[in-house]
Amino acid sequence: MSSVTSVKSIEIDARGPRFSAAITTLVLALALVTGSVWVALFQAIVFAIGATKGPQFTPYAFIYRSLIKPRLKSPLRTEDVRPPKFAQSIGLAFTLVAIAGAATGTSMVFTVAVAAALAAAFLNAAFDFCLGCQVYLLLARIRSN
Amino acid sequence: MKSVLPLLAVLAAASVFGIWFRHTRGEFRRKKTVDGPRLTSDQIGIALGERVTMVQFSSAFCSPCRATRVLLEQMVQTMPDVAYAHIDAESHLELVRQLNILSTPTTLFLNRDGTEVGRAMGTPKRSQVLTAVAAVQ
Repeated sequence: MSSVTSVKSIEIDARGPRFSAAITTLVLALALVTGSVWVALFQAIVFAIGATKGPQFTPYAFIYRSLIKPRLKSPLRTEDVRPPKFAQSIGLAFTLVAIAGAATGTSMVFTVAVAAALAAAFLNAAFDFCLGCQVYLLLARIRSN
Repeated sequence: MKSVLPLLAVLAAASVFGIWFRHTRGEFRRKKTVDGPRLTSDQIGIALGERVTMVQFSSAFCSPCRATRVLLEQMVQTMPDVAYAHIDAESHLELVRQLNILSTPTTLFLNRDGTEVGRAMGTPKRSQVLTAVAAVQ
């Protein structure tokens, strides 16, 4: 009747995914400008780790923990791991479409898919945009139709 | 396609969207029709508030849902004629469709009959909640 099912969820430092989104933005920007499928593939692997193991296990999260976090003065704010993990899986889907586009020689598909993933990563980094908030319910509605 | 043009276009479009998005989060939007959908206490799981009921729809993949819940649960303590209900959108998809809820968190503001007067998408500020509650007659 009420309340989100209280599955015991993992909490992570909320600033980590935001930092990772900034790195992701740079990597996807590079992929878009160079048209390099290898850069997109690299990002897809990072997304795959984030979507399966969790965003706290990606190389970007490692950079955050070892270089950025010790220098931060802002108080620790934690969040449920599921929203950023969900966003990683959306990123993975877009980069896989991009790679498939490049592999079949349709560079337009590559460009559009990388652009979409880039827009989402940039919005997350710059505006703290929550992809799961906007997309998940729509997906759930479509799926149950 | 080695050009920075697509990159600039994406960043510009995303920036415009981001500014608009951030600006509109939490804003109370009144129902355009006079009578919005009417909800019963059975549907929301609690008794309707004496004057106002706030109904928040949340999902698991939504960080701002928690902040919204904390804020509204806290604010409702000091407002005796206002009730607060929290609903997991995913397990109430029928209701979600009926009310045309597209994103989480979405908070509906109902009057004493359970009729929706307006709603806010995203985490509202304290002042926006007060505005919304005051707007319910």
